[in-house]
Amino acid sequence: MELIWQGILEALRLILSGDPGVLRITWLSIQISGMATLLSLVVGVPAGVGLALARFPGRGLLVALANTGMGLPPVVVGLFVSIFLWRSGPLGTLELLYTPAAIVIAQFVIAAPIVIGLTVAAMQQLNPKLRLQFMGLGASRGQVLWLLMREARLPLLAAVMAGFGGVISEVGASMMVGGNLLGQTRVLTTATVLETGKGNFDVAIALSVILLALVFGVNYLLTWIQQRGRTS
Amino acid sequence: MGQMVRAISRRSFVLGVSLALAMVGSFGATSAWSGQAVILSTTTSTQDSGLLDVLVPLFEKKTGYSVKTISVGTGQALALAAKGEADVCLVHAPDSEKKYVADGLLVNRRLVMHNDFLIVGPATDPAKIKGMASAVEAMQRIAEAKGTFVSRGDNSGTHQLEKKLWQEAKVTPEGAWYLQAGQGMGATLGIGSEKQGYVLTDRATFLAFTKRVQLVPLVERDRILLNIYSVLEPNPAKFPRLNATGGKAFADFMVSAEVQDIVRTFGVDKFGEPLFFPDAGKREESL
Repeated sequence: MELIWQGILEALRLILSGDPGVLRITWLSIQISGMATLLSLVVGVPAGVGLALARFPGRGLLVALANTGMGLPPVVVGLFVSIFLWRSGPLGTLELLYTPAAIVIAQFVIAAPIVIGLTVAAMQQLNPKLRLQFMGLGASRGQVLWLLMREARLPLLAAVMAGFGGVISEVGASMMVGGNLLGQTRVLTTATVLETGKGNFDVAIALSVILLALVFGVNYLLTWIQQRGRTS
Repeated sequence: MGQMVRAISRRSFVLGVSLALAMVGSFGATSAWSGQAVILSTTTSTQDSGLLDVLVPLFEKKTGYSVKTISVGTGQALALAAKGEADVCLVHAPDSEKKYVADGLLVNRRLVMHNDFLIVGPATDPAKIKGMASAVEAMQRIAEAKGTFVSRGDNSGTHQLEKKLWQEAKVTPEGAWYLQAGQGMGATLGIGSEKQGYVLTDRATFLAFTKRVQLVPLVERDRILLNIYSVLEPNPAKFPRLNATGGKAFADFMVSAEVQDIVRTFGVDKFGEPLFFPDAGKREESL
């Protein structure tokens, strides 16, 4: 118990004193996971909307695949992304392994199915008559899509939270493709593993507390946007 | 109401976009590297001891290369270098190293330093091994007494030495008393402490953890317990994409007089004794 208190005190000390090492690691975590979430939204929302609204053969299979992908183990993603990015691998010439970009790629692979799966669910819970109504009111195809997405914005924001929460807290893939390089690819989770390995449990707890606070902060912001949109 | 929603969503859109741009913008800054990168694959023990935190920045300053240190178990560190995925490796598993050299995948094996391993365990010492001179006999006795033993189980240098000890003791470790952690040295010591079992550990990690774990040194200073670190380079003839010059520069740096001096005194201020002993230019048999 004393250790946990020590850790929390250490966390406060590190945050309040603006420890440059910890700030850099925290900021890098936000950037990498933020970027990965952003990319997964750019790809995942249109893909999810398409899967929810379009009807074509093989659609059921794709939805099932996306839903399975929501539980994709990060270490498996890490292993495959590593093999692809190795010098001897198909994408070796890009020299991306052990860079922040490699982590973004891995986290994108983890987050995209989450966003797709939740987007499909969000769009499908809308009343199907809504679409006909919008079309009947003379809305163009693009306008219909936009209006439907606006109707589904509450669950869509939940998709963003789930995607971001999933990647910022994952450690397996970040460790494997990033290499936990100080100042380059060391993020909150991999730093926590390292400090635990070194026996610096108080620093490890401090990093965990920062990670939790960060996830809470982002989710609070998104929830605020979500709920505010609802009451107005 | 629609207007208000639109205003809010426009505001959050602008907020989102500017956040995104800020992220992308500073991305380039944090990932900017000076010079060409050298990928060093090494063991967790060199990083956990803090030695590389001193040596790597010095190397970067002197040569302009930037080093990417990948700390994994020795098994993986060697395998990465032997595939040409790392430019140089700093490891401690002499038998495996020699195999890779014999296969022509790694070249130029040079001794850097050594420290030693010791067998630690609960103060109650149920297998009665305290003070034994031979580590092999101690392992035999642990197996006979079925004393709990926590193994790294990760093919690391430490685990490879442990397997060698079992082999020489003519024991196949299996049964409820033999636990395989599959984790790093620190985590394994933690498990050993909780289970009150025996653990084979390197001295540097044990010193770092000594306050956290309820384990005491039982068997040490046997010659077989020497922990010898070497640098090896991948064979440049086999791997065209290798940064062979950078890798060699790092290996040369590790055996240079300057680094050897740093190694000699590293850790004295924190632990009261050095963590490593410099060995550049020596022969393995003379240690």
